[in-house]
Parts: sequence; structure tokens; C-alpha cells
Amino acid sequence: MKRDTVSRARITWQGTDTPLAGLLLSPALLLLFVFTYFPMFVAVRMSLYGGRRGPGPWVGLDNYREALTSPDFWMALRVTAYYVGGVVPASLALGFVIAYGLHRVGPGRALLRTCFFIPYITSTVAAAMVWRALFNPRFGVANQVLARLGLPAQRWLLESRGVLHLLSGGWIPDDWGPSLALCCVILFDIWHLSGFMVVVFLAALQSMPRELEEAARLDGAGSLTLATRIVLPAVRPTLLFLAVAGVCKTLQSFNSIYALTQGSAVLPETQSLIYYVYAQFYEFGYWGYGSAVAVMLTALIIVLTALQFRALDAGRHAP
Amino acid sequence: MKTTGSNGWRVGRVLPRIPRVSVRTLLLYAALAGGAFLCCWPFFWMLSTSLETFQEAMAPGLSIWPASWHWENYVEAWRSSPFPRYFLNTFLVAGTVAVAVTTSAALAGYALVFLRFPGRRLAFLVSLGAMMVPFEAVFIPNFVLIARLGWYNTFAALIIPWCANGFSIFLMRQAFLGIPSDYYEAARLDGCGPARFLFRVALPLVRPTLSVTAVFAFLGSYNALLWPLVVTADGSRRVVQVGLTVFTTESGVQLHLLMCAATIVMLPSVLLFLLAQRAVSETMLATGVKG
Repeated sequence: MKRDTVSRARITWQGTDTPLAGLLLSPALLLLFVFTYFPMFVAVRMSLYGGRRGPGPWVGLDNYREALTSPDFWMALRVTAYYVGGVVPASLALGFVIAYGLHRVGPGRALLRTCFFIPYITSTVAAAMVWRALFNPRFGVANQVLARLGLPAQRWLLESRGVLHLLSGGWIPDDWGPSLALCCVILFDIWHLSGFMVVVFLAALQSMPRELEEAARLDGAGSLTLATRIVLPAVRPTLLFLAVAGVCKTLQSFNSIYALTQGSAVLPETQSLIYYVYAQFYEFGYWGYGSAVAVMLTALIIVLTALQFRALDAGRHAP
Repeated sequence: MKTTGSNGWRVGRVLPRIPRVSVRTLLLYAALAGGAFLCCWPFFWMLSTSLETFQEAMAPGLSIWPASWHWENYVEAWRSSPFPRYFLNTFLVAGTVAVAVTTSAALAGYALVFLRFPGRRLAFLVSLGAMMVPFEAVFIPNFVLIARLGWYNTFAALIIPWCANGFSIFLMRQAFLGIPSDYYEAARLDGCGPARFLFRVALPLVRPTLSVTAVFAFLGSYNALLWPLVVTADGSRRVVQVGLTVFTTESGVQLHLLMCAATIVMLPSVLLFLLAQRAVSETMLATGVKG
């Protein structure tokens, strides 16, 4: 018989613990059932019905078919892919470099770490207000910097044209690649998320055995060799964890896109899938259709989370 | 030129390590400090702009030193929108959520670690499996449920769905696993029952994790946007984050007041984090950082 590996085997009190266990577990399990598990099934059921702002007729898989043939859905999917593909690798790389730097300094580490972590804990809405002001086409700092460099002003968060189009001077078609507006959102989230990566990487680096680095250095390894050949493999489980956690987090990211773009102009070029679900549900009242898109997004997230657990397990079995 | 070069080289030979290492460390410090400054620059800019007059705030310039100091901007921003109401709502909601999440997670985590009962493994999987379900997947059905219950635009809608989550149960469970089994056996030999062990021994031992769970729950609730946006209809139940987006739209380009409002909204979460920082980083290390 396979031993219970999930929790440590423990001696129990005489008699049965069942009534007490039921009492202690019921608040949490009841809430999770009512507001997490049950709604998942309801979401799948709702996605099979039509109608606006209420229950409509049974439509089968029509909502899914409609989504998969809708250009708006594909646009949202593309935006999500650019967004995730932009934010996660950049914040991982930045997070590792900064954490490695912090790992190698002594006094002042805690203070510096806090500076890098602050963007992550501040409310997205409030931080986004500051960035909106920085990107404001009329008085924003971003355009002032461009002016000092002798470059033409940009419309930043309001610019729906592709960033490649703008960089190539109009040579590349304007619907290729992410829009400049989306790139601004991506930049904001790299700034916002890197702090989290720094703190987690730093924790992993600090728990790495000291001898590992010292032995490598005695063997004459240079800084770059040390970082890429010794340190990076040592924090590989953390890297994998952060990569998949970052993907899941960014797939669900709503606040930054909403807070950076609402009120002025919500361009289709900055609408991610979750924003698309929100808009279909809240602004247009397509409950069934919105649920269908939400179910597909959930499937994507669950697959990626399962990969995360696989990655964590792989890391645990490694020496 | 040549002499200094050869001199530097000779010093380098005589004292092979110390000068080189210290220059490198200095450069590393400079790079990190520069990065940290750049990272926090938007906040400095926000603070500086919040203190300026409207004209100064709109004037071009990259300076992060305010052209003048108008502390009364904060009073004006505070009064130009029902912020007292928003903050009262937010603290009520986030405070209740923090207490409820910590309670439900501590009780469940304790049962999962210390008690034997049929279905224990299932209860464990159900508790932690909830972490895999993204909120976005369930917010439409939850909205329908809230509407059916007649909770639309009430505090119940803002609080009750958030009173338990998988991550907090996981954190508490990890903390209880860290209690040495000797304590447990000794208590048992002394005739201490499981409920008494929980309140007298286990909970005091995991106090740091309790506070970290509460802090995470508070910050999560404080910074939440999508759910309050969907379930509140008017100012009477509006929380700060939603109020801030409304303020952004209503106040137009009153840049200095906007920056005051952003500062006011950031302040509680930053203060709370700084207070809890030590406990948070220790817990992150102890649980193997599954944050």
C-alpha cells in the first residue's frame, strides 16, 4: 500500500477525530464548493445557452463556434499571446539579473530589495494612473524624453498601430505585431511583476549552498560562467515555477489593462481574453457567450497550471 | 598616463584581490542603486507632482523635486470625491476578509495536518485544487448567484465569496507541518485534546504565518478590481479601487489631484507591507516560496 506522502504520518488522539475534522473543515470547504467548484459547472452549463442578461434558449456549442469564428476573439487571443509572451520572459530575465546582483552584495540588500518589490505591492489601479500620466500624449514625460532625443511625439496608450510599423517608418504593415498601446501595457506589467520575480529568485539564491559558488570560483570560473553554468541550473526549479506561475498570472491579468486604458479609449488592440470576457458579459450582456470564452480561457489556464505542478515535481526529484 | 597605468598594474600585482573586488562591488552597488532608483522613479514623480499647482504639474520637465509644496492638494483631492466613504467600505471589506480567510484557513490546515478521518486525502485535494481554478472562470456564475441571493450591491457580495481560498489553506498547512511531532506527542500524553492543542499550542506557534495569511488576504481584497466593479452599483458600496477609476474619469486632467489620490490609495498597502515585510519574507522562505 502506498504511504500517504501528502502529509506527515502522525499519532492521533484516542477515539475518532471525524466530528471535529468536519467542524474545522466545513467553513473552508463549504465556501470553496459554493463559490469556486459549483460555479465552474454552472459556467460550462451557461456557455451552452444564448440570450442577453439572463437565461436564454439552448444553443449547444454555438457560442463556442461563434467565438472561434469571431475576428474579435482571435484578436483578443493574439493580444493575450503578445502580452504573456512579452511580460513573462522579460520580467523573468530582469528578475534573475537583479536578484543575482542583490545576492552578491552584502549590506543594503534588504533596502534595495524593498525598492524593487514596491511596484508589485502597490495597487495596480493607482500605479496605472501614474503611468497613464507619464504616457499622456500632451504633457507626459514619455514624449518629453522623445523630444529631447529629437524624436517625434507618440500617442502611446492611444496608438493602435503596430510598434514594428512605427519603428520601421511605415515599411511594415501596421497590423503586424503588437500595437504601441499594448507595448505600453506590457512595459507597465514588466515593471509591476519583476519585483515579485526578484524576491522569489533571491530567496532561492540565498538557500543555495555556498560551497557551490566557492568551489566554482576556486576552479577559475568567471562571473558569467558562474552565473550561467552554476547558479542558473541551481535555481532551475524556481525558474520553472516562476515561468509557469507568471504565465498563469498574466493570462488572468485584468486590472492593468482596465486601469491603463478605461475612460480614454479601450482599443481592440489592447483587449486581452479576460478583458474580452468582461466586456461581453458586463458591457454587452452576452452571458452565455462570455461564459464560453471564459471556459476556454480556464481550460488553457488549468493545462498550464498542471504543467506547473509537473515542473515542480521534476524539480523536487532532481538532486 | 603610462606611469599611472603601470602603477595601477603594479599595485594590482602586489595586492591581487582587494582593489579589484572592491571596484567591482562598487560598480554592482551603483548598478543596483540606479536600477532601484529607476524602478521607484514613477513614485517619486507622483509624489512631486502631487504637491505642485496645476500649472506646474502640467509644465514639461523630468524633475522629481516639486516646484512648490502645496500640501493642501491632498485635502482638495480627498474632498473632491467621496474618499472617506470608499475607504470605510474598503477597510470594512478587506478587514473582514482578512479575518475570515485566516480563520477558515487555520482551521482547515490544522485538520489536514493533525486529524485522522475518512476522506482526508480528498479534503486535501479539494482545498488545494481550488488554487487551480482562476477567478475569471467563475465570476459570471458567481455574479448570477449573488443576484439570485439578492446580494447585488451589498457588503455580503464583496466579502463572503472571498472568505476562503486554496493558497491560504496551503500556507497554514505548511506552517502546521513545521510543528515538531514531539510537541504533539507530549500534549497527547498529558491528556490534551485536539481542540485544546489547536488553541493552546498550535496557533501560538504559527503566529507569523497567521499574520502573513491575513496580510496577503487584506492586500488581495484591497487591490481587487474586477469583482467590486461587477457587483457594486453606486457610491454607497464602492471600494477605493473602483472609486479611483471613477475619479480618474471624472476629474479629467487635474493631474496634481490625480497624483494625490494615487498616493492616498497606495499608502495603506505600502505601510502594511513594510510592517509585515520580515514575517512575509521568512514565511516565503519557510514554505519553499510557492507564492
